[in-house]
Amino acid sequence: MKQSTYNAETGGMAGGSEPAITDLPEREEGVLPDGNDSSVEGAGGASDAAVKEEAGRSGTPHFSGIRVGITGGTSGLGLDLVREMGRRGAAVAFVARTADNVARVADTEGAHGIVGDVSLKEDIHPIAMQITGELGGLDVLINNASDLGPVPLALLGDTECEDLERALATNVLGPFRLTKALLGALAGSAREGRGAVVVNISSDAAINPYPQWGAYGASKAALHHLTRIWNEELTEEGIEFLSLDPGDMDTPLHALAVPDADVATLKQPSQAACEVADAIAAALDRLAAHRSHVRSESAGAGPV
Amino acid sequence: MIAASRAIQRPGDAKLLVIDRDGRMSHRLRSDFSWLLRKGDLVVANDAATMPASLKGTHQPSGKPIEVRLAGRRSLAADDVQEFSAIVFGAGDFHTPTEGRPAPPDLSAGDRLALGPLLATIERMLGHPRLMDLRFDGAPDSIWAGMARHGRPIQYAYVSEPLEVWDVWSPIAGPPVAFEPPSAGFALDWQTVAQLRSRGVRFATITHAAGISSTGDADLDRRLPFDEPFRIPESTVKAIDVTQKIGGRIIAIGTTVVRALEHAAGDTGSVRSGHGLATRRIGPATHLRVVDAIFSGTHEPGTSHYDLLRAFASDSILQRASQELEDRNYRTHEFGDSVLIENSHFKSHSVDGGVGQVYRCA
Repeated sequence: MKQSTYNAETGGMAGGSEPAITDLPEREEGVLPDGNDSSVEGAGGASDAAVKEEAGRSGTPHFSGIRVGITGGTSGLGLDLVREMGRRGAAVAFVARTADNVARVADTEGAHGIVGDVSLKEDIHPIAMQITGELGGLDVLINNASDLGPVPLALLGDTECEDLERALATNVLGPFRLTKALLGALAGSAREGRGAVVVNISSDAAINPYPQWGAYGASKAALHHLTRIWNEELTEEGIEFLSLDPGDMDTPLHALAVPDADVATLKQPSQAACEVADAIAAALDRLAAHRSHVRSESAGAGPV
Repeated sequence: MIAASRAIQRPGDAKLLVIDRDGRMSHRLRSDFSWLLRKGDLVVANDAATMPASLKGTHQPSGKPIEVRLAGRRSLAADDVQEFSAIVFGAGDFHTPTEGRPAPPDLSAGDRLALGPLLATIERMLGHPRLMDLRFDGAPDSIWAGMARHGRPIQYAYVSEPLEVWDVWSPIAGPPVAFEPPSAGFALDWQTVAQLRSRGVRFATITHAAGISSTGDADLDRRLPFDEPFRIPESTVKAIDVTQKIGGRIIAIGTTVVRALEHAAGDTGSVRSGHGLATRRIGPATHLRVVDAIFSGTHEPGTSHYDLLRAFASDSILQRASQELEDRNYRTHEFGDSVLIENSHFKSHSVDGGVGQVYRCA
């Protein structure tokens, strides 16, 4: 979602002097490598990213047997996440608002399609029930569905309260409610040693005060902080929360925000989806390593 | 007892009657529950979320309104949602006590039922004019969607406000396979789970499709509980093994956990992991092989839930307990107060006594 006008002003951030958006305590995931500007990424380093990317592209790591729920799954990054997870062998259930689009993607991608709107309180439990019912449980939740706020983008002074409310409902309350409704299923997966990961799709606008991105940026800042606190509180349950910034992508949301963007400068969402999948694989690996560490420490008498 | 008439899962003043293995009783705040347990104990809860199993619709041959309450299925498989057993009421809704609900129109195998977006066929009647097997049209995903959109939680007249799904999902609720909430688990919030862990008490779960608690018909009620499918994770079996090895107690949160664990233990006493179908009734003649204490709601004599408590304590103790619950104004039903009953046959391997004594030491 970055615009050329603020690339210059965020040069410092891009160089890595700002805290990475995903600077979760004691967790290593940073900003996802940016496909069109390797200098944007966090601590990982370009070669590391290239290795990860290669691993993803060649079909590993595999997600066979992993049950994944994705919101906003019929366009943009969400659609590519549905494809990427499916390609890696995961069982996928995705959510989107428009029944026709849901049916089409479910059909072409062989995933479970669920019609619902995460911004609506009344939709959350029906969505949660279908995700866990159809998948028989849940190991990974990706809160991807996002609302831009006012379209076209507007200064905060010109932002209608209703536009801010809608952004908060979709980008903060929705992920909170859905995560809460699915927490039992995720914790159950963790107890069974399958691992449990929640990914909240964030943005550099969560950290940087970009003019005209007030509604979106404030909502993503709240989501980012929620993610960090969830992560602190649920470490003992064996659930890892990741806040991931996919970078500026060639998506419908970006087109709404920056209609005249040069798409050649934008990352492909398929690239970002591959990176998100790699970040999830790394989190599952960390959780597995932690479990095996606990097992060897306790030698049968400790927490099971 | 007083019916708990508001859908609040964890009222701050919820009470807990504690009965130790010697029949001694004490009254506690339910929020103190985790302090009654000790290092090495294991708490096992049912993590089934509750499906909205009440479906309003029409019996197409007669054109008459009906309420179908899904009440049983043969497995927990995610794609095995075409066939359910169900009980059927005629017109009206939960505001009328189930005993007073009109009978459904005459039902026969092959009849078509329109239940909101769902269509179903009666497969067979099950020896009672209100009990049947039905089969939904369509693929599993469309059935899940139809239930999620159209269904309402099964509800009884003592709660006057319509229940929402979130009213009946416990904090730990996972797979949506229960027909009525495994409500003993309402007491467990994430803070309690963390407290248990910090006190060295293990926590594990099973998934058990808790069935209907009351049909409003004496003949049908005598057939409760219906067969209930369950799944016991390998990690839970390991936790049970470790707990038994070190002499800790296994505390079941709710009757469904007792039913699943004791069924899975069979006659050997060794719990097996995996899927099962709980068919046994647990009552005064049952020799409990796994569960050392039950944490449960308060139950009225004559119900299948009360019968299950008789496996833990003698009738004379339970009669005294009923009097205590009456005298102290305990609330009953799923949003009510709780009891913690230690198995009177529990042979402790440790120096501590029963539940009540442990509390005094804490």
